[in-house]
Amino acid sequence: MAYHRIAALVIRHLYLYRRSLPRVMEIIYWPFLDLVVWGFITVYLATFQGQMPAVVTFLLGALILWDVLFRSQQGITISFLEEIWARNLMNLFASPLTPSEFLAATMVMSLFKVTAVSVVMSLCAWLFYGYNVFIIGLWLMPFIANLVLTGWIIGVFTTSLIMRFGQEAEVLAWSMVFLFQPISCVFYPMDVLPAWLKGVAAVNPAAHVFEGMRGLLATHTAPLTNLGLASGLNLLYLGAVVLWFHHTFNVCKERGSLVRVGE
Amino acid sequence: MSSPVVEVRNLSKRFGGFTAVDGISFEIGRGEILGLLGPNGAGKTTTFQMMLGLVTPTSGSIRMFDLDLQSNRETILQQVNFSSTYISLPFSLTVEENLRVVARLYGMSDIATRVDDMVQKMEMGEWRHKLTRKLSSGQMTRLTLAKALLTEPKVLFLDEPTASLDPDIAHKIRAILLEERQATGLSILYTSHNMREMEEMSDRIIFLQRGKIVAEGTAKDIVARFGQADLEDVFLKLARE
Ligand SMILES: Nc1ncnc2c1ncn2[C@@H]1O[C@H](COP(=O)(O)OP(=O)(O)OP(=O)(O)O)[C@@H](O)[C@H]1O
Repeated sequence: MAYHRIAALVIRHLYLYRRSLPRVMEIIYWPFLDLVVWGFITVYLATFQGQMPAVVTFLLGALILWDVLFRSQQGITISFLEEIWARNLMNLFASPLTPSEFLAATMVMSLFKVTAVSVVMSLCAWLFYGYNVFIIGLWLMPFIANLVLTGWIIGVFTTSLIMRFGQEAEVLAWSMVFLFQPISCVFYPMDVLPAWLKGVAAVNPAAHVFEGMRGLLATHTAPLTNLGLASGLNLLYLGAVVLWFHHTFNVCKERGSLVRVGE
Repeated sequence: MSSPVVEVRNLSKRFGGFTAVDGISFEIGRGEILGLLGPNGAGKTTTFQMMLGLVTPTSGSIRMFDLDLQSNRETILQQVNFSSTYISLPFSLTVEENLRVVARLYGMSDIATRVDDMVQKMEMGEWRHKLTRKLSSGQMTRLTLAKALLTEPKVLFLDEPTASLDPDIAHKIRAILLEERQATGLSILYTSHNMREMEEMSDRIIFLQRGKIVAEGTAKDIVARFGQADLEDVFLKLARE
């Protein structure tokens, strides 16, 4: 890994953000809107406080954490799409840049997006709804780290599909993550799922993070089992999708389609 | 003669059942300009892309600086660059930002000075702060050529580098390339559909047709061998066979 090459790509993306309103909106305005809408829903639901205890804490916390996963995935996939739209893949891959360095740069961009979005959302939740995301305590850190990893897994997976199948697959950049939402148990416990779907959710690292968060808020038990499962599954899948990305990269070079992606 | 900088042996590329490049071999010496000529679809771009590590050959070998490209990709590509009328750089960055990113990507030192020098050399001063999106096609060609020369390559691949330039700028670009070759021993593989330019620039020419080399030598040799008046006539004769 050559750090100067990773830094070059990150700087290239930061130049983009510096003067692009839509890109800035993506990390500030849309998350803000998301939070406001869900904030009102939560405030409304809170009027039934007796029947639904701690609903405020659950929903806003879950929403912010779901956005961490979503932005983490977007950080990877959109960075790749930016190169397709700019027709820059040939410039990049005819340079000494390796596919691993390319992925590493998208991961840095993903961290940048996640940080920006988390700060915006936490600040708004606190200002408008008096909601302190740190109520979850220091456990928030391993939760976030795991969601970032799950975002990377979905991001690298989607990127490989776009690289392999081209423009038709571009829409996956925005939709893929929502395929995972029902089995991520973001807003409801895993128990409400039918048995067969529960089995699927059990191998989804994100579901364990959200289970852990609910357990922590409801019973104050340390979510060690959930975090252990989430981390184990995340590392396993991340290894697998990175290998698959490299494989797809080689298949595209074989077919001569690498520099034609998006055409 | 010192060993060649580029050595291509029996290089082939098949896409499914179709053979785009069919067992070609050639060498490029230090400071040599080799012209690659051929009608549309002859396999020129595929050859370039294999030499840049973007397309995996079906068989054969590509060696540069005495190293095999497959197993020494990073070391080789660090010393190679390319430019083409058909590529661009990210539209949402300025000319100068694009050059800076490229310099970083290749780990160049003293980036600010290098970029300044290149901007001056390619006469891009007036539009260095312009968004790349706003460049004319000729300015874009100059920018991609600047990005290629910026990294001080030892081998340069140029795909129709002067196709969209006005005669004055095209002349200047050719002069810069010849100067660069003189000063640094730069080797160049070159395609162009401008036969006069081919004759003027190339030390040797290889003529590619349906993926095979069908003629090779200096422009003069080739013209004489085919009994034609000039390279353009040779091209027409071979392309229509
Ligand atoms: N990825 C690919 N998959 C299938 N066929 C391909 C692919 N790339 C190129 N070809 C085919 O290989 C042949 C050679 O194409 P290539 O682009 O190398 O030609 P060229 O000499 O550069 O032509 P031009 O002067 O038009 O640029 C063409 O028939 C083309 O259709």
